[in-house]
Order: sequence, then C-alpha cells, then structure tokens
Amino acid sequence: MQGSVRPQSVPSSIPSAADRPAAIEFVGIDKRFGANHANRNIHLTIRAGSIHGLVGENGAGKSTLMSILYGFYQADRGEIRVNGRKVAIRSSAQAIAAGIGMVHQQFMLVDTMSVLENVLLGAEGSATLGPAEKRARAVLARLASDYELEVDPDATVADLSVGEQQRVEILKTLYRGAEILILDEPTAVLTPAEVEHLFRILRRLQGEGKTVVVITHKLKEIMAVTDEVSVMRKGEIVATWPTADTSVESLAEAMVGRRVLLEVEKGPSVPGAVELAVDHLTLTDKRGVVQVDDVSLEVRAGEIVGIAGVAGNGQSELLEAIAGIRHAASGAIRLGETEITRLDPSEIRDLGLAHIPEDRHRMGLVLPFTAEENLMLGYQDDPRWAKGLLLDMAALRATAEAEFADFDVRPPEPAQRTALFSGGNQQKIILAREIGREPKVLIVGQPTRGVDIGAIEAIHRRLIEMRDAGRAILLVSAELDEIRSLSDRILCMCQGRITGECRPETSEAEIGLMMAGLSGTAAKGATA
Amino acid sequence: MSAPHRDLPPLVDYVVVPFLNLAVAFLVAGLVVLAIGENPLQAVAIMLHGALGYPEGIGFTLYYTTGFVFTGLSVAVAFHAGLFNTGAEGQATLGGLGVALLCLTFDGAPWWLVLPFALAASALFGAAWAFVPAWLQARRGSHIVITTIMFNYLAATLMVWLLVEVLGQPGSMSPETKTFEEATRLPFLRDFLTPLGIDLGQSPVNPMVFVALAAAVFVWLLIWRTRFGFELRTVGQNPTAAVYAGIDPGGIVIAAMLISGGLSGLMAVNEVMGVQHRLLLEFVAGAGFVGIAVALMGRSHPFGVVLSAALFGILYQGGAELAFEKPAISRDMIVVIQALVILFAGALEHMFRPALGRLLARTETAGGRT
Repeated sequence: MQGSVRPQSVPSSIPSAADRPAAIEFVGIDKRFGANHANRNIHLTIRAGSIHGLVGENGAGKSTLMSILYGFYQADRGEIRVNGRKVAIRSSAQAIAAGIGMVHQQFMLVDTMSVLENVLLGAEGSATLGPAEKRARAVLARLASDYELEVDPDATVADLSVGEQQRVEILKTLYRGAEILILDEPTAVLTPAEVEHLFRILRRLQGEGKTVVVITHKLKEIMAVTDEVSVMRKGEIVATWPTADTSVESLAEAMVGRRVLLEVEKGPSVPGAVELAVDHLTLTDKRGVVQVDDVSLEVRAGEIVGIAGVAGNGQSELLEAIAGIRHAASGAIRLGETEITRLDPSEIRDLGLAHIPEDRHRMGLVLPFTAEENLMLGYQDDPRWAKGLLLDMAALRATAEAEFADFDVRPPEPAQRTALFSGGNQQKIILAREIGREPKVLIVGQPTRGVDIGAIEAIHRRLIEMRDAGRAILLVSAELDEIRSLSDRILCMCQGRITGECRPETSEAEIGLMMAGLSGTAAKGATA
Repeated sequence: MSAPHRDLPPLVDYVVVPFLNLAVAFLVAGLVVLAIGENPLQAVAIMLHGALGYPEGIGFTLYYTTGFVFTGLSVAVAFHAGLFNTGAEGQATLGGLGVALLCLTFDGAPWWLVLPFALAASALFGAAWAFVPAWLQARRGSHIVITTIMFNYLAATLMVWLLVEVLGQPGSMSPETKTFEEATRLPFLRDFLTPLGIDLGQSPVNPMVFVALAAAVFVWLLIWRTRFGFELRTVGQNPTAAVYAGIDPGGIVIAAMLISGGLSGLMAVNEVMGVQHRLLLEFVAGAGFVGIAVALMGRSHPFGVVLSAALFGILYQGGAELAFEKPAISRDMIVVIQALVILFAGALEHMFRPALGRLLARTETAGGRT
C-alpha cells in the first residue's frame, strides 16, 4: 500500500454534501451474534446523492450493518430510516421495495443464462416472458446509455468478463428501481482499467441523484471516489469524515486504532543462483481447456518475484503445479538442480519448497483442527513429533508454543480450534508452519487476503526478512499495491500467459494494461 | 461477514446436549406408552431393573453392549474419514464366516489358542468385505452409502447359499453349521464368576467385552495419536487440504474402510464363538445398523461410543424384560422407543444446539462478560 498516491481524475467532492437530506439513517443499531457484539449502537447518516465509503478491518461489522439494511439480519435494537421514514426491513424483497439494491462481492448470477434473463430473474412481472423481455430490453438500452453500463443483453453470463458481470449486477438493482446502491468490495476482482470504468459509472449514478455506499478495504479507492467516509472498528463507527478532509494514513490509523506503517521498508535485493525454474509449462483442466499456457520463469535466491494479474488468469494453477498438487500437461519445473515436475506435494516439500496457499480455508488449514494440529499439516512426518508409533504431542505443543510466540499468533493457545482465530492469525499459523522450517523456495498466494492491516504489516516484514536471508520467493497477489511494494521483479499474467515483465517502479497504468493482456512493449507505447 | 456461530463449552457439548436429547426421546416414548394405557414411569422402572437391577440382567446388558461397541467403533472410524459406512451389518456377517471357518478347521483346539486367530480371521473377512466398496469410492467415486448397503444384501445372500449348500450339515433342516466342540467355544464370564459367588445366571457375556474395551482404546490412539489418524481426520475434514499436505485421500479412504470393516468383523467373535457356537443366518441381528446410531450418539469418540453402546445395551435388555412383563407393550413398542432414541440423539442431534448457544450467550453477558 503506497501512502498518499492519488489516482488520476479525482472529482472534486460535491460541495454541498453536508446540506443534502439523509437517504439512510441508522439510529442506534445494535446486533449480537452470541457473545460477538457485531454492531454497537451505530448512528450513521448517508446523504442522498452522495457516494459514501464504509471501511474497517475484517470483523469490524461493516457487512453485518449492510446485511441488516438489506434484510438478511434483524437488528436487536435501533431503527433504520430511509428518506426520513422509519422502515422495517425483514427480507431482501422489502429492501428492494424500499429502493435499496445490493451488489454482492460474490456475484449472484446464473452463469448459463443470458444477461437479459438474469436481469429479469425474479422480476418477470407476467406469466409469459415475451412482454417482460421487450420491456427489459428497452430499459437496459436506456440504462446503458445513461450510465455507461454497456453489456450485450443476449450474451451468456459465463462468457462475460468479471467487470461486465458486475455491470449486470448493477443493472439488476437499477432495473428493480434502486435509488440506493450498496456495493460490497466491488473492486476485488477488477483490473485497474475496469476499476476506472466502475468509478465512472458510480459518478454517473450519483449525477442522476442516486445514493451509493461502497464497502471496501482499499483506502486509495475510498479517496478516489467517495464524498464521505465512515470508519468502523470493533462494531462501532469511530469516525465519519468528508473524504477531502482525510488521508489514507488517517483512515488506516482510525481502522486499526494505532499508527500503521503502510510503506514496506526494504533494501535492494541481492539475487543469487536460480532456485526455482519453470520451463515452458502448460496446464490443462479436466476438459482440456488450457489454464497455464507455455509459461517460463525463474526465481533466484534473495529475490521476490511477483505475479500480477486479475484473479482467475492461471496464477492459482501455476502455484499448484509448482507445489505438486496439479501435474503439467507439458513443460518442466526445477527446484535448484532437481526436476520436480512429476513429484507429489510431500516429496517437493521435503526438497525445501514451502507453499502458502491462496485459500487458507479451502486448502491451507483444516479449520476444525486445533492450531497445533494445523502446524503439523503437511509435516506430519517431521521427526520432531513423528519418531515412533505414536505422535509426540508434547514435542508438538512445545514447538507450537515457541513458533506462536515468534510469529505473534494471538491468542497464543495451540489447543484452540483454528476456526476461532481471526483471519490474520490463521495466516500467521500457516506462516509459522511454512517459514518456520527455513525452506529454500517459498511460493506464496494472496498472503494478506482477508487479513487485517496490523497483521499485513507483520506478514510483509516476514517475507522481506526471508528474502534478505537468501530465500527465493514467488508471490501471487490480486493486490497490485502489494505486488509493487514487495516484489523485486514483476511478471504480468493474463489468460494463462505471461504478458510482460517489469520493475516495481513501472506505472500502475502500464502494469494494468499488461494485466489486461497487452504485451509489455505495447503497454509502454499505450501509456507513453 | 462473521458467521453467527460459536463453540459450546465441552461440558455442554458432550454431556448436556446428549442428555437433553435422551430426555426428550424418553418423554416422547413415555407419551406413546401412556397412549396405549400403560404407566410410563412403571415401564421405565421395569426397563432399568431388567437391565441393571440384578447380575444376570447386567450380564445380558454387557453382552449386547459388546457387539454395539464394535459396530459403533467401526462406523465412528469411517466417520472420521468423512465416510458413512452403512455396511457394518454385512461386514460383521462376513466376520462370522471367518470365525466359523477357523473354529471348524481347528475344532477341538483350546479356545485361548484359537481366539487370537479367530480375532484375526474375523477382522480380515470384515475388512475384505469393506474393500470393494472402499476401492470403488476411492478410485471410481461410487458412493459408499449405496455400495455398502448393496454389500449387506450380498452378504445375506452369500450366507444363505453357503449355509444351505456348502457349510450346512447333511440331514439338518436348519441352515447352520455344526456346533463347535466345547473346548473351542469361548467361556462365559459366569463360568469364572459363579464360583466367586457372583451369579450372572444364564447371561452370555464373555471375554469379548474386554476386547471391545481394548478396541476402544486402540481406536482412540489410532485416531488422535498416530500420523495415520491425523491424515485420516484431515481427509475427513478437508480433502483439499489433505492433497495440499501430500496425503492421498483415496489411499486413506481405503485404509479407513479396511479398519472399519475389521472392527465390524470382530463383532462376530462375540456372537459366533462366544454365544451361538456355530454359524447361523442373521446372527448379527441388526447390530450393524445400531452401530450407526451408537456412533452418532457417541459423537464418533471412542469413549462416547462405549457410553452410547451401553445405553443401547440397556435399551435392548431392558426392552426385552419390559415386553415380557407387560404384554401390552409388545416387542415392536420397544423398537419404537429405540427408534425415538435414535431419532433424537442421532438424526436431530443439533436440534437444541442453537437455543443452548443463545441461552449461554445471554447468561454470560448478564454475568458481565462480553
């Protein structure tokens, strides 16, 4: 995350924002889940015709608050007013009737249906589809020209890009007459160019008098697009500021409750011998669709190589192939001098490769296990605890206590169920397991996804330490800022191919073009 | 979005919830008894006395419990690997074939010499019967619930053929093998205890009750204290993480089912070598299916399996006494009561959990904690 860099085309904030009437008012909203006090006495006003940012760490209560507004949960106390009128929203249907539309982080689309059918779904309005489709087609055409929401109404959703699918989600809410739009982490899966397009749409919507709430953890985007921003911490609103009066630093501080170091401090790298080499690697899925297309790369001791790319462009598959979880259709992978293309994950691990997987819940951890059991995952044959017939649980406990202290896992309780740790601490457990053994090569997917800011700092510092100790690190992340601040070299990946290599100083726009599939030289030309 | 879920304290999880489920089951069973015009409290008293009130009754209860411990452990091991083994019945049947073949081969040899081999033979036959469904699940993706149920029918049919055509005695009307020699039969505990002044009456409890307890300890060690058990639980909880950790889920599935089948097979030693002293049709008598309920209620923990096996032992023995004492309460009524216990303790296991969680959260906050 790079401090106060402000993307281009920042609009001057709407001058009279403070005078506008309230579109939504939360008055004393309180919500508990068991012992978890998710929302504490929330008072928040969102002004009509504004773009309002809502930021906070994971578990701060943002999603709960919006879910209450959208009728998924009922508040224990407090009331919601829409356009000054008290409303009781008990279902998403009632929320829609009140003019509220929500674009979820995970899109709620039927992949095999057309755009038109998806927009109509649940709002057909008649027994036969003919008249509804005709009406919808007209409305879509109007919305497309009004808001830059161009999507081919007859295209199948599965064939659309992620950015276009998101537009369909927005179209769905507008078709249902939404005056207030809530977007949950809308930019998580978009390329920089798609983000710019989304922001233009949001400003158009605002220009037409709609109210927009953006939930995000990307502070730069808050600065770029919102008029007002509210910060949540531990279930409370700790600040609401006009965006013009704040900065990324002060937002981060408000979120975490202390000063946060956003810049990663690192010296120049001293690359050594090639530790990991991927040579013309091609991967296909079960149906024979190419996922990784003729990829070659090298990672040297003492450097971090970052792979930038929009999620779903073959990065995950590449990491899994290196770790031995998938096997290549053609090409080779070498660890030092050893070819590992056909080895299985435990053999590759034994050769000194550690793997921090992208999805810790699906792959990196067994959530119902205790933390110490997860410290053993993949290393269950380690002689430290696997000497005799039975596992040496005392040795495992001792190791866990030492490692958890070293990596600042909180709470430092090896016997606690892993699911009860926060995302950041779960990630630290994985880090302790994978880095604790001093591997030669480390491959890392999304190291800070869903991790709070405080823990991000610690994780980044660990990775830099590893690099400085002469380890080779291959990093995949959907956060371009993370790639740029950690990597010594950046490779851009699009549709399974490496589209270019650049230095971390390269402009975001140029990297963005390469992420979208333009070759390195073409991207340079386009931004020059 | 943090899910509205929290862990219950272990005491609540392992003690309060099962007892609550049991209490509701008995309440509903009591209403049924009331509806047919009998006094439920009296019925409970008869059941408890029949099962636990005198040494012979206790002996019978322990005998039933022994079989349920084996099948319960069998289902529990498979559960830990994420598999629902509905084939304990068939695996136990084949285990009986193994024991009988061994005992018939070494007929007349002393029981203490035959027993270790009988245990091995029963486990081997049970495991072999589990192997085909296991392989089909691991390598071909055929659902284990379907295949193991089909194998129960195959086992039953195979047994009819063997006992009628191959192993049956010439000239006998009943499909069963000849009775083993006295020396080869497992002794009853009553043979040891009656001289000491403890009168177990005619109860069939035999040394297999100790083997059952040893098996429970073995399963506990296997699941929670060995590398294999760790890998087995990993596959059961998160197969993707297992692949990441370098574990072959298919291999674990096969190994887990072999162990599960072996444990089911051991149940047959109790019946064939310990009580019936010959191989006959349907000697398993549903213990394989009861094992599913036992494992569910025991939450797949060996200690819980022993406790819930004892509960089902009490229900079986007490139920038999009740049917005998109160003709209005037929044998079928006992089955209804057992079914209610299975329903509330197994199928509806989680019914009271959310409410209990809320209740606890409320008392905690009332007590000033957050």
